[in-house]
Amino acid sequence: MTEEAASASAVPRPVAATERSAALARANARRTRRNMVADTAMAVASGAALLLVLAILAVILVDILRNGTSRLSWAFLTEAPREGMTAGGIFPAIVGMVEMVILMTLAGVPVGVATAVYLHEYASSVSPITRAIRIAVANLAGVPSIVFGLFGLGFFVQFLGAGIDKLFFGGEKIYGQPALIWAALTMAVLTLPVVIVATEEALRAVPRELREASLALGATKLQTVMHVVVPQAAPGILTGTILAVSRGAGEVAPILFTGAAYFLPLLPKHLWSQFMSPSYHVYVLSTQSPDVDATKPILYATVLVLLLLTFALNIAAVVVRARMRRRLPGGVG
Amino acid sequence: MARRRTTSEKLTVPPARPPKLVLAPAPFWHRGVELLLRCLATSAILAIILILVFIAKEAAPIFYSKAVRAEVTLSKMFWPQLWPGYDESGSVWQPVSEIPKFGVWPLILGTLKVTIVAMAFSMPLGVGAAVYVSQYARPRTRELVKPVVELLAGIPSVVLGFFALMVMATWFQNWFGLESRLNVLVSGVALSFAVIPVIFTLAEEALRAVPNSYVEASTALGAARWQTILRVVLPAASPGIAAGMALGLGRAVGETMIVLMASGNAAIVSWNFADSARTISATIAAELAEVVFGGAHYTVLFFLGTLLFLTTFCINSVGDWAIRRMKKRLGSAP
Repeated sequence: MTEEAASASAVPRPVAATERSAALARANARRTRRNMVADTAMAVASGAALLLVLAILAVILVDILRNGTSRLSWAFLTEAPREGMTAGGIFPAIVGMVEMVILMTLAGVPVGVATAVYLHEYASSVSPITRAIRIAVANLAGVPSIVFGLFGLGFFVQFLGAGIDKLFFGGEKIYGQPALIWAALTMAVLTLPVVIVATEEALRAVPRELREASLALGATKLQTVMHVVVPQAAPGILTGTILAVSRGAGEVAPILFTGAAYFLPLLPKHLWSQFMSPSYHVYVLSTQSPDVDATKPILYATVLVLLLLTFALNIAAVVVRARMRRRLPGGVG
Repeated sequence: MARRRTTSEKLTVPPARPPKLVLAPAPFWHRGVELLLRCLATSAILAIILILVFIAKEAAPIFYSKAVRAEVTLSKMFWPQLWPGYDESGSVWQPVSEIPKFGVWPLILGTLKVTIVAMAFSMPLGVGAAVYVSQYARPRTRELVKPVVELLAGIPSVVLGFFALMVMATWFQNWFGLESRLNVLVSGVALSFAVIPVIFTLAEEALRAVPNSYVEASTALGAARWQTILRVVLPAASPGIAAGMALGLGRAVGETMIVLMASGNAAIVSWNFADSARTISATIAAELAEVVFGGAHYTVLFFLGTLLFLTTFCINSVGDWAIRRMKKRLGSAP
């Protein structure tokens, strides 16, 4: 724009025109200055937003690390709580969480993988049933966790559990109360969308040629899916499982009424036992502790364990996903 | 006419059809496995339906059970009542008292207030960070920042609730001199930490999906960078950003542990953001463990759960629809 002003001054013109173009040049310079200011303001504002988000994460991490590490030790992870939760460790809670998460994975992952395989390998993308499944998956991911808790209580505990008791145990209350198995199944439903989405992404990344080569060699559709497609998508399935485990380990609301207990003298041995969990432990200790100062170090250490666990799992998921993407550069839509 | 058409029909060569794909003959049990796959695939639909049916089933007695209706009806929940001992009629939530009072407005108002605070913080931060990462950051920075923000999303809500309760509440009280330690402001800000990653992830994806040709065209027309971002890129990505906000809103309304731990749980009717508040989700979480199965209180809590489910279902459906629209729109764009 400034060239225009320069050329205007070089070529002799009527005075009025020169003045006009000079005014134009000044206006342009003003606009350029204004644009520079606005550009900088925009970059600074959006950068500040990002920095603030990162700062929030950093502050949370630093606070929990600083207060949690002093109490964290091997003994803390391998001892039972003592003296009304003011001493000892969280071993039973860790065991309870591991058992719950294993049951959840066994129940949820196969169903999630089957759904993704059906959606991507068998169903046509426009059929009403496919669309209904997709809408259901998207909505399932948005159901509040407390509603899953209500659902677990209403369906698993009071309907399935009480039904099993009536059928097999003559009405004796065994399964018809909050239990490990019901919490795990509730959590399996909650984490279903995580597994489905991750698996489908991995299936999309499997090259078409692999399927065609398999079919051309005389494999049936099912053999192709089982022996070629699903093994290729294994890292994606692993990613989904890791993310589901991370989610399941941290959620509290769904297990509030379906099986979590504040304190148990024994480790959970049966499917119908109640169980302790670090996440529930944090909730109870921080809201219902009679002596806040005495429990605070234990509380911080438990939070640290929970946080490190979920971070480790999430980072593992990111790494697995990144490696998968590198191996299959053509894929991922 | 008719004659000419027949001749032309004779002349046209039928389009070459690809040869029919002849697959290897499958043993019959493969059909069984595939049928099983199909059945398992409907589990998500089944789950949604079962959730609705089984929470609505427990809430239904409010409409027909005489024992429940003696204590609480819909009009008693939603209409201000004149309770003995009160000067004027109002909506009061006191489910465990001599005369149980189930006025839900304090809870709805509490949910609304906390959600407003959470959204007021998370929308500018989430979208702002997404603008920076998608428009200004170098690819290497982006590769680093995105997983870090995902880590924020991975923090369990009970940990955020704990942090709000133990640390933020004290800070806020010192900074602003608030009367009650646990209040709407603290829980709303803590809640926004859970909502920011939702908005950020979807907004960033939407902003990056805007075709480069849009930016090039805008720049060629003489627009400055900020003008391009504000008037071309952001509007083009608006369905995706709106979807992020809708899903974030759904998360904010339904989130339980953070508000349960940090909002103070006082069911009061007030528009003051420095007061304590009690949300619908926190009410369910705090009270369901101690109620009589099948009683009026139990029924009301499941009714609130149904309400929460339907609300978030609608919000999330809007968000989901916006995502689909964005994919269609940007997919067909040059």
